[in-house]
Amino acid sequence: MAGAATQASLESAPRIMRLVAECSRSRARAGELWLPHGTVATPVFMPVGTQATMKGITTEQLDALGCRICLGNTYHLGLRPGPELIQKANGLHGFMNWPHNLLTDSGGFQMVSLVSLSEVTEEGVRFRSPYDGNETLLSPEKSVQIQNALGSDIIMQLDDVVSSTVTGPRVEEAMYRSIRWLDRCIAAHQRPDKQNLFAIIQGGLDADLRATCLEEMTKRDVPGFAIGGLSGGESKSQFWRMVALSTSRLPKDKPRYLMGVGYATDLVVCVALGCDMFDCVFPTRTAVRLWQKERFGSALVPTGNLQLRKKVFEKDFGPIDPECTCPTCQKHSRAFLHALLHSDNTAALHHLTVHNIAYQLQLMSAVRTSIVEKRFPDFVRDFMGAMYGDPTLCPTWATDALASVGITLG
Amino acid sequence: MKLSLTKVVNGCRLGKIKNLGKTGDHTMDIPGCLLYTKTGSAPHLTHHTLHNIHGVPAMAQLTLSSLAEHHEVLTEYKEGVGKFIGMPESLLYCSLHDPVSPCPAGYVTNKSVSVWSVAGRVEMTVSKFMAIQKALQPDWFQCLSDGEVSCKEATSIKRVRKSVDRSLLFLDNCLRLQEESETLALSSRLECSGAISTQRSLLLLGSSDSPTSASRVTGTTGACCHTRLIFVFLVEMGFHSVGQAGLELLTSSDPPASASCWDYRHEPPCLVLQKSVIIGVIEGGDVMEERLRSARETAKRPVGGFLLDGFQGNPTTLEARLRLLSSVTAELPEDKPRLISGVSRPDEVLECIERGVDLFESFFPYQVTERGCALTFSFDYQPNPEETLLQQNGTQEEIKCMDQIKKIETTGCNQEITSFEINLKEKKYQEDFNPLVRGCSCYCCKNHTRAYIHHLLVTNELLAGVLLMMHNFEHYFGFFHYIREALKSDKLAQLKELIHRQAS
Repeated sequence: MAGAATQASLESAPRIMRLVAECSRSRARAGELWLPHGTVATPVFMPVGTQATMKGITTEQLDALGCRICLGNTYHLGLRPGPELIQKANGLHGFMNWPHNLLTDSGGFQMVSLVSLSEVTEEGVRFRSPYDGNETLLSPEKSVQIQNALGSDIIMQLDDVVSSTVTGPRVEEAMYRSIRWLDRCIAAHQRPDKQNLFAIIQGGLDADLRATCLEEMTKRDVPGFAIGGLSGGESKSQFWRMVALSTSRLPKDKPRYLMGVGYATDLVVCVALGCDMFDCVFPTRTAVRLWQKERFGSALVPTGNLQLRKKVFEKDFGPIDPECTCPTCQKHSRAFLHALLHSDNTAALHHLTVHNIAYQLQLMSAVRTSIVEKRFPDFVRDFMGAMYGDPTLCPTWATDALASVGITLG
Repeated sequence: MKLSLTKVVNGCRLGKIKNLGKTGDHTMDIPGCLLYTKTGSAPHLTHHTLHNIHGVPAMAQLTLSSLAEHHEVLTEYKEGVGKFIGMPESLLYCSLHDPVSPCPAGYVTNKSVSVWSVAGRVEMTVSKFMAIQKALQPDWFQCLSDGEVSCKEATSIKRVRKSVDRSLLFLDNCLRLQEESETLALSSRLECSGAISTQRSLLLLGSSDSPTSASRVTGTTGACCHTRLIFVFLVEMGFHSVGQAGLELLTSSDPPASASCWDYRHEPPCLVLQKSVIIGVIEGGDVMEERLRSARETAKRPVGGFLLDGFQGNPTTLEARLRLLSSVTAELPEDKPRLISGVSRPDEVLECIERGVDLFESFFPYQVTERGCALTFSFDYQPNPEETLLQQNGTQEEIKCMDQIKKIETTGCNQEITSFEINLKEKKYQEDFNPLVRGCSCYCCKNHTRAYIHHLLVTNELLAGVLLMMHNFEHYFGFFHYIREALKSDKLAQLKELIHRQAS
């Protein structure tokens, strides 16, 4: 295949990841990503700031929470305000004034979520803009071009994304096309020294297809790999098996980014399976869904989440989480947040966004520390105990996944 | 509390209000404004982002319309609304209504006033109103009053007279209830502590600044001489006025076993409690006679300050009412603060300061934020000459566009865009990489560009409101700072002229 690197060049290609510790039982690793805008400790959760903003919190607040990498979305930013403007603003970093790292996705995932507006061919994905009705072709080259203008530290290949609930020849077609598109992205990438292009492993829920994809893509000289095509509607049992298969065939000295996974249990299990990077809209969206049909006002806690709009919190004068060190928990009670959530002051949502991001980051930090201190399996047991009341009450898929890497619960 | 005037020039009062707050050590500058809040929180802002703003006023405005529905919760909470909302250090003023949301007329009776919350109408009799204030424990609160006259046009003299009568009756009843509940609380606590047996005319005089005089008088209680604990009791029924020498009412819900065991180096368990100060409300609509009557009668009562109600409306109605305003403030004692409700625009603020008003609400920057605009009006009446030229050119260009747009825009706040602001939604800001206001030291101007704010507005992102609110509040508080500076250096005329030039 055209883009396959030689063994020699693969070995000499720069590594952006340094492993600091490995769990002796499971596949969990603690490490550091060395990126243009600073070092990032892994495992890491990356909050999603789709349109050059992290919902209602400022970059200063995000920095204060300890976040060192977050996501922007190429599809949205490519349409509004557009790559030319962002380039004039000194890239996405300059435009949103974020001093740390950024990862942009390719825009491909929107193909699945906005499928009625798109058409996939070998050329690329044809979109009709929901804003001005104009037709755009998002090709591998165009996607990389936009991401080059955005200037993010990690950029993603354009992949042919197929929902994990789809079966049949379409899955295979998408897998092979994703490999060809990876090669086109590598060829089109103008700034490999400043921006790290990650490949995305596809293949749906078919072990053979995924294995083929792994074999081919790992021949390419990319600094990192994402595991894609999961976190859709598939069963958790299939989900973890595909993750485990992927991590078993990905090189150890390159980061593994599991896309779209962000629920606490999933994070912990997938760290055990050998993943290093995660992203999800869940923590910020769940705070913010106030203005849409689903009125959440949801706060993440070790036992799940609290629906703070509910009457049961009306006179609850404690913080969301007494163990949490975020500004919201330092200053405010559940009762006050409850009252504020019932008003039209958006500050209520910002308090929750701050807390939810803090929760995710604190969780990852605790996971990492436990790996470094060689007690990750115990950490997992304690975590499941807190979440489910008893480690043995943990969902079956999680128990099975953990068992597959040597961690038993209860 | 004590209001001291530094100077009065052309009717404008410059000074300070001292000895404010639960512990009596806060100060406020006048003329000044209060931080506007919604349900106890600055709009869009968390503690972190609020504290990014320079010049946040010492006193915040809470509205009963947003808090009355939480009465039960606050009663159970016991520690007051300041702590509940996460602003324990701030001075708090509780108004009846939210100046931004107009309230429907027809809901004031001889016995009750209604406020409108998210949950619906909350009707309050005097006793319910006072119970709510007891749970809130604000530093100041607007007395229950009949302000409906300002909701309607062409109100009959009879109705206006009624609003004055009712408001005075509400005031007298609230004062009475307040005194009764204090006397009750005080004597029961004194009895409990065993330190003093209730005496009808127990009188201890002292100054909060002189321990020696205090020790002379505190012998009966055996309490210590820590200046914070110097207390003066005026238990005699019917004694209304509170002297100026830092009188404080000391109560504790957990009285020590005996007062002499009290370790004065630590704050007692449930602290020095200054009573909430009632702000008397001047009504009277547009009828001079009634305005004067309301002012004179309210001034006779032991209120801590005055709220000038019924002057809100659109700019033309205020103009018509300015003469009334002068006449009203002329009747009020000099040593008590004058607040005005519903007036927040920069030009109107100056007009009111010239007519003896001290304190204003800061909802105007909020309204500007809600329509996606940023305050850009200049208040630096002494800029360097080069800057003036540049700014003038800028202003003229902006005014040209303003004229075009003012005709089209009517915003969600039912207010037109004023010439004090720019509309960031306009396409011309799409590629404008300047800050909102050159030279502004707010978080938004130091970190972001007009282009970015424009993008956030176009994409409907919540951060737009956060950043604009930070800028607009800071700009507005800066304006008040400059008013005080101008008064200090006798330059108010220049400032007024500058503002007027931009108010077209």
